[in-house]
Amino acid sequence: MSTTTAVDQRPATPASKTERAIEAARAQGRAAFVGYLPAGYPDKETSIAAAIELARNGADVIEIGVPYSDPVMDGPVIQQATTEVLARGFRLPEVFEIVEAVVEATDAAVLVMTYYNLIDRMGAEEFASRLAAAGGAGAITPDLIPDEAGEWIAATDRHGLDRVFLTAPSSSPERVEKIVAASRGFVYGVSVMGVTGARDQVSDAAERVVAAAKSAGAERVCVGLGVSTRSHVEEIGRYADGVIVGTALVTALRDGGPSAVATLTAELTGAGASR
Amino acid sequence: MSAPAEETQKYRDHEGPYFGNFGGRWMPESLVAALDEVERTFREAKADPAFIAEFQRLSRDYTGRPSLLTEVTRFAAEAGPARMFLKREDLNHTGSHKINNVLGQALLAQRMGKTRLIAETGAGQHGVATATAAALMGMECVVYMGSADTKRQALNVARMRLLGAEVVPVDHGAQTLKDAINEALRDWVASVENTHYLLGTVAGPHPFPEMVRWFHQIIGEEAREQILSMEGRLPDAVAACVGGGSNAMGLFHGFLDDPEVALYGFEAGGDGVETGRHASAITLGRSGVLHGARSFLMQDEDGQTVDSHSISAGLDYPSVGPEHAYLAETGRATYEPVTDAECMASFEMLCRTEGIIPAIESAHALAGAARLSRSWGEAGEGKIIIINLSGRGDKDVETAAEWFRLLPGQKNDPVAETDTAENGADGPSPAPETGVQG
Ligand SMILES: Cc1ncc(COP(=O)(O)O)c(C=O)c1O
Repeated sequence: MSTTTAVDQRPATPASKTERAIEAARAQGRAAFVGYLPAGYPDKETSIAAAIELARNGADVIEIGVPYSDPVMDGPVIQQATTEVLARGFRLPEVFEIVEAVVEATDAAVLVMTYYNLIDRMGAEEFASRLAAAGGAGAITPDLIPDEAGEWIAATDRHGLDRVFLTAPSSSPERVEKIVAASRGFVYGVSVMGVTGARDQVSDAAERVVAAAKSAGAERVCVGLGVSTRSHVEEIGRYADGVIVGTALVTALRDGGPSAVATLTAELTGAGASR
Repeated sequence: MSAPAEETQKYRDHEGPYFGNFGGRWMPESLVAALDEVERTFREAKADPAFIAEFQRLSRDYTGRPSLLTEVTRFAAEAGPARMFLKREDLNHTGSHKINNVLGQALLAQRMGKTRLIAETGAGQHGVATATAAALMGMECVVYMGSADTKRQALNVARMRLLGAEVVPVDHGAQTLKDAINEALRDWVASVENTHYLLGTVAGPHPFPEMVRWFHQIIGEEAREQILSMEGRLPDAVAACVGGGSNAMGLFHGFLDDPEVALYGFEAGGDGVETGRHASAITLGRSGVLHGARSFLMQDEDGQTVDSHSISAGLDYPSVGPEHAYLAETGRATYEPVTDAECMASFEMLCRTEGIIPAIESAHALAGAARLSRSWGEAGEGKIIIINLSGRGDKDVETAAEWFRLLPGQKNDPVAETDTAENGADGPSPAPETGVQG
């Protein structure tokens, strides 16, 4: 890979926090590790502690998922976790508090992952402003396509936030171009046609998704959905700029609390061995 | 043909993705290619005489179209001064309007080479229609249905299974229509290669609102011709119940550009909109995005969807099709809530005065139309209202029997008061709403 020359041509410090985090990993010769956990699961303090464990054990980017009543892109594990959070009376401002706490305690870039109606209801401008004030790096919006994102793009530009759109195995070349052009931070390559959930194998579609995004000009593509083992991470790390793990971490948190998140993250990032 | 110069905007010609500020595609990227394929296939099919001929043949020889327009004089006399005509979608094969859209989309699915149909269903009518089309066309069929609805519409669950469909009860969330749609979408993201998601109403991402309306337009077109030939004039108002809004859109479409015809959509008012337990998305919702469309949405301050409540499983949905949101915003159509109690009074009245057992969904339109007729007072004399009788009530016999205390062992008391009292001060609702509790 000719990453060194490519890196050298970029500004030394990209404005985007997420881009800086991914480039720092690249400088160490590895793909960035992106870990997802739901906000407020199982409660606010534990979710902050777990996110901090992600960073301590090698995560470069942290996604804080915002619980939503209708999570159509999520499989049973994440659905169950976020439903529990909502059932205990979770309110949206808690997300900004969690982001702020994690940003203060770690060097990771902290993004929120949120379905769009939560942004829409607060107003794109207000949401972006509060996220930026909390020190958040930006947001991933799984049910927002660039075609509908005018307000969100304007608001994230005003507040210097990253906005991550998804590209899928089914995306046409024209759509991939649109998605790449609209994204900042990274492009989220969906590895399989499906929803979140641990899978035994990495789909061979993932590599094609990354290649398509790269040929449309993407500089950073991270791959997620179904990634759950160190060997998945290594395999994807060979062709992608970052690897995203969600369900496996949520399962660890559910069954073993923040310390289980720490152990699994160390294993997945290879920090447990020697890094 | 020299069409009269039209000054006013042509509501009929509206195509997606947007209806004013509403509609669009608020969807995961993974599904956009499939939506593009559906849209392309739909546009080609609409322009293909062979497709149109096949759709018309099925509508006639299988569904039984045209459906009748029946004047209901005894019902109208009890309701108020106006004359009333029912558009008899209840007489369609499978017992509701849903079959119109299902046959159209099933033909499109075949055209796309899909071998599997999935659907959501609330009342079960759309699920039954989809299972029926799948049987007719030799396709696999899976229907998602909230588990609260599988209980209150058990008859339709059995019908779907008899027709060879798999019915998957959905236990998340409110266990009603909205959750069934979530689950169908999750299935579709993973199965889109061989599967068509046969969405059952004018909601969802583009092209569904426009396409589902197109397959139901026949309702309004027939009604317009029928009333013109029976009475030599247009009606003063047309009325329909609104869940997602497909039967209403189908009927309205025939009259959208006749400004002298008032359009009324009746939403489910549940226990009354003031109680918070209702499904009146237009009346009390605000703009938001759910299931792929921007529309009016019942949501809390954070943007979380609020659970809807209605005695009618088919109207128990917290949003509404985007074209209705547009017609409401422009004022072309008027939307009002009808409570469970008002609906059930009209349900009973139609049974007793006309010998027709309506679907509980459709009974909302009857109640709304009766209220409209009364509101006209003497001025309503001689006025004409066409009401969409979107479905028949066989599926609702059990719910109605419980409501009216007709089951062995029940006292012959109206159930409404006792139930409200029992469920009165319950704060966050403890158990999933299962319609009338026995
Ligand atoms: C008989 C009948 N009418 C109306 C509806 C509501 O749907 P829509 O608003 O799309 O017409 C249903 C849905 O299940 C139904 O079964």
